[in-house]
Amino acid sequence: MLWETIRLAVQAIRRNVMRSLLTVLGVVIGVAAVIAMVTVGQGSSAQVTAQVESLGTNLLILRPGKQSMGPGTREAAPAFRLTDVAAIKALPVVEVAAPVVSTSQTVVAGNLNVATTVTGTSADYLSLGGWTLRKGRAFTESEERGGSAVCLLGETVRQKIFGNTDPTGETLRVKNVSCTVIGLLGAKGASSFGQDQDDVVMMPVRAVQRRLAGSQDVNSVSIGLRNGVSTTRGVAEIESLMRERRRIAPGAEQDFQVTDLKQIAATLSGISTILTGMLSSVAAVSLLVGGIGIMNIMLVSVTERTREIGIRLSVGATSGQVLTQFLVEAVVLSLAGGVLGIVVGLALAALASGFMSIPFAPSPAVVALAFLFSAVVGVIFGYFPARRAARLDPIEALRHQ
Amino acid sequence: MDAPLIEFRNVSRIYGEGEAEVRALDGVSLTIAEGEFVAIMGPSGSGKSTAMNIIGCLDRPSAGDYLFNGVEVGQVSQDARALLRRHYLGFVFQGFNLLSRTSALENVELPMIYKGLPRAERLVRARAALEKVGLAGREAHQPSQLSGGQQQRVAIARALAGDPLVILADEPTGNLDTHRSREIMELLVALNREGITIVMVTHEEDMAEFATRLIVFVDGRVSKDERKAGAA
Repeated sequence: MLWETIRLAVQAIRRNVMRSLLTVLGVVIGVAAVIAMVTVGQGSSAQVTAQVESLGTNLLILRPGKQSMGPGTREAAPAFRLTDVAAIKALPVVEVAAPVVSTSQTVVAGNLNVATTVTGTSADYLSLGGWTLRKGRAFTESEERGGSAVCLLGETVRQKIFGNTDPTGETLRVKNVSCTVIGLLGAKGASSFGQDQDDVVMMPVRAVQRRLAGSQDVNSVSIGLRNGVSTTRGVAEIESLMRERRRIAPGAEQDFQVTDLKQIAATLSGISTILTGMLSSVAAVSLLVGGIGIMNIMLVSVTERTREIGIRLSVGATSGQVLTQFLVEAVVLSLAGGVLGIVVGLALAALASGFMSIPFAPSPAVVALAFLFSAVVGVIFGYFPARRAARLDPIEALRHQ
Repeated sequence: MDAPLIEFRNVSRIYGEGEAEVRALDGVSLTIAEGEFVAIMGPSGSGKSTAMNIIGCLDRPSAGDYLFNGVEVGQVSQDARALLRRHYLGFVFQGFNLLSRTSALENVELPMIYKGLPRAERLVRARAALEKVGLAGREAHQPSQLSGGQQQRVAIARALAGDPLVILADEPTGNLDTHRSREIMELLVALNREGITIVMVTHEEDMAEFATRLIVFVDGRVSKDERKAGAA
């Protein structure tokens, strides 16, 4: 009997395809919006998580400036020196520490002219930042000590200057320094903040300081803690060392900060979860509106089909059967809308994921939930019109024109 | 004759209250036996339609008893009356009352869906019923593609498909010309000869001639009740 009722409902819906489509449009949009939001949200969370994994364990970054949140509020503070890096490296809790000196430079090769970031650092930085070497080799210790004019190219810079050819052994000019390419870095893609991490040239820190920046400043220090050392303890030890070295009185505010990259990533991931939740709830409201649309049309349909209801009652349908018929019709309608919405939502999410270059991560649970939810919408908003149909008086209904 | 199929015992049907009270039926008692072909006539407002609705279990008496096949059914629940209609009664209306945009076959199938018959059996029986009313070959036609007479035949086939004891016809020829009317009446007479009891409301004397018994209502009471020896 239920199968019969479903068949009947499909028939009734197909009798007026255009109207049925317009009726469920609200549900389609609601479900599509929720599915797209959640899928894109999960994709970006997955990406952040993947980046955190690639960072390796216990990575800290030491920067000058006061502990504060948000851009533009950091006050100027003296930079570090290579001696600071050496002191940090000497701490028992620290495994490796790499200085970072970043400058914006124009790199020239032949008649090509490319603006990029030149980072002065040490070979340790590669493992700390999760960099791989696709070709060639990293800096040797003597190159680092002597500040030799050698460099490693990021994938973006290599593409711009050398295309797909092997750049190792080639020479290019950074500012006015002639520099030999000794290695090619593996591609890392965009960071969580959307900047291209491969648009970089790396040189030994002393080479950048002396030949490009003309100062002894170190902008930041990347620090890897020893295995088994807690982040809290690492941060505390580094802070107390730096306070001492920078002669900051006990109780005074420190002019540097130690950040835990994992913590930042976790915060980012948290923000994206909250945003996804908020946007999804806004989208869910349109599902409610879609349900009201279904109710509206079902009410019209009951009035239009009063005579049909009378006929059904006269041939022996019970009011329960009439109720079921209209309820099933509403549920079939909203389920069809739900399925359509799921398809549209997933397609939108796939498209958006492609544009934002984040993984496309459809969640079966969310899809199932959307399906269930649209069924519930059908039951709730179909009940009132169905009850009205079931309560019709057969004599009146038969007389209805 | 044995127990009557339809029995009214002092049945009244009252609409409204107090000053506005209308007695559509006023203490009517009558019996209809199985196999009869009864024509009910009377001026409008005489109570003939009300009597028909009560017989058809669409309405219930305000007072008195209505016995169907010896069982009091006047005051049973709405669902129980739906079951009575489903299993014992078939309706034919003046306005045909077919489902629009639905094929003749599917219209005839309708009562059997509620009877819970399997689809294969429904189709066989619906085809047989359509053939019986002379509409073989028009199974796929929708009501809008059929003439009035043909539509009424579909309606009769639908009433037949439920395998009823009684067919209730409310002005079945009211929307048809004389020629088509006679065809419909002949069809009803033929069904009656097969043993189906027929109760028909009409205001056309010509049509009432086909029946074996004539009951005339005036002001909610039976004013005339006569049996004829043979039908036309």
